[in-house]
Amino acid sequence: MLEIKNLTKKFGNKTIINSLSIKIPTGQILAIVGPSGAGKTTLLRCIIGLENVDSGEFFWNGHQFDPTNSDPKNSIVGAVFQNYQLFPNLTVMENIILAPVKVKGVATKLAKDEAQKMLDQLDLSGKENLYPYQLSGGQQQRVAIVRALAMNPKILCYDEPTSALDPDLRKEVAKLILNLKKDAVTQIVITHDMEFAENVADEILKVTPIK
Amino acid sequence: MLNYIQQILPALLGGTKVTLSIFAITLIIAIPLGILLGVTLTSKFKPIKWLLNTYILIMRGTPLLLQLIFIFYGLPLLGIVFSRYNAALIAFILNYAAYFSEIFRGGFQSIPKGQIESAKLLRLSKWQTLRYVLAPQVFKIVLPSVGNETINLIKDSSLVYVIGIGDLLRAGNVATARDVTLLPLILVGIIYLILTAITTYILKAIEKRTNVWR
Repeated sequence: MLEIKNLTKKFGNKTIINSLSIKIPTGQILAIVGPSGAGKTTLLRCIIGLENVDSGEFFWNGHQFDPTNSDPKNSIVGAVFQNYQLFPNLTVMENIILAPVKVKGVATKLAKDEAQKMLDQLDLSGKENLYPYQLSGGQQQRVAIVRALAMNPKILCYDEPTSALDPDLRKEVAKLILNLKKDAVTQIVITHDMEFAENVADEILKVTPIK
Repeated sequence: MLNYIQQILPALLGGTKVTLSIFAITLIIAIPLGILLGVTLTSKFKPIKWLLNTYILIMRGTPLLLQLIFIFYGLPLLGIVFSRYNAALIAFILNYAAYFSEIFRGGFQSIPKGQIESAKLLRLSKWQTLRYVLAPQVFKIVLPSVGNETINLIKDSSLVYVIGIGDLLRAGNVATARDVTLLPLILVGIIYLILTAITTYILKAIEKRTNVWR
């Protein structure tokens, strides 16, 4: 279970998040919804450790952790960015196995086998040696998901996963997220798409701008 | 005529050797130096940035010829004496490193921040991020500009003439003055063209290899 206690984040004098507490049981999906400027992305960036928090504590299964700690052993959170941020100079396969091989020291052969399994599951067979620019947006997103999963995060976060996709692909992503739930991946989805949130989430957190 | 060409060719090739040695040594030192200064320019530490920007302003804002003359003829007045060859190398390295540092600064700054964040989330170390993510992307971005400067350098190297170094241009000029014929200067032009053509070809080949991804 992920537990966040009294998270506060300010930019200068402006409070973006005020003493927010969240609990997500393992394998559940939390959707964070709200209008632009409500601090959804800031909240996500705090959870994935790209922003320092002003106060607040993070616990995974009762053990406190620091999301900004980049120690590979502390790899609790993974993320899929809005524009995926695949590395354009690396092929699909290289994108996925870079971190497992270089950071975790997994043997290349083993990492490739694992990656191939996930690629096959996500309908990306045969794309291993393509570069990101040769893929559609939906395919890039699935590669980004595989890349994040390859580091075995306990929690996977998505920033606006549907914003760049057409309606058919939105359903595909929803299906994908629900499938990962079956594998007990805890997931946090930032979206302004209420319908999508209702389709996938066990719980919906509405954030509003702080006046 | 062929006889004459055969006669002066050894002198011209000797000059070419000097030209190439200045070219190669300048590149080998100025490019890494430019990378280092370029990365430093993206840092947030103001005093060093100010210092570097002043250096770049002077190097890019005054003629290379002046810098060359200043180092070889000017500095001895302050008791700092370099050999002709070393003075030429110092001038070229300082001048070209300034241009390269601006090129590399631009290269590093044009990589989206998300790439670095993405690498951080995958727990790649700073060095790994530089090695596998940033460097290849920056390399591709800066290649055309670095190529331009490289070709410029071949031609700029002829400026060492003014401090009396026996480069390709001087070898040609000496022969022209001695034998009262245009041929040596035409040959010099042809040799410069061959050098730039080879460099252009190599640069194109490297660029082609980076074009497999976008």
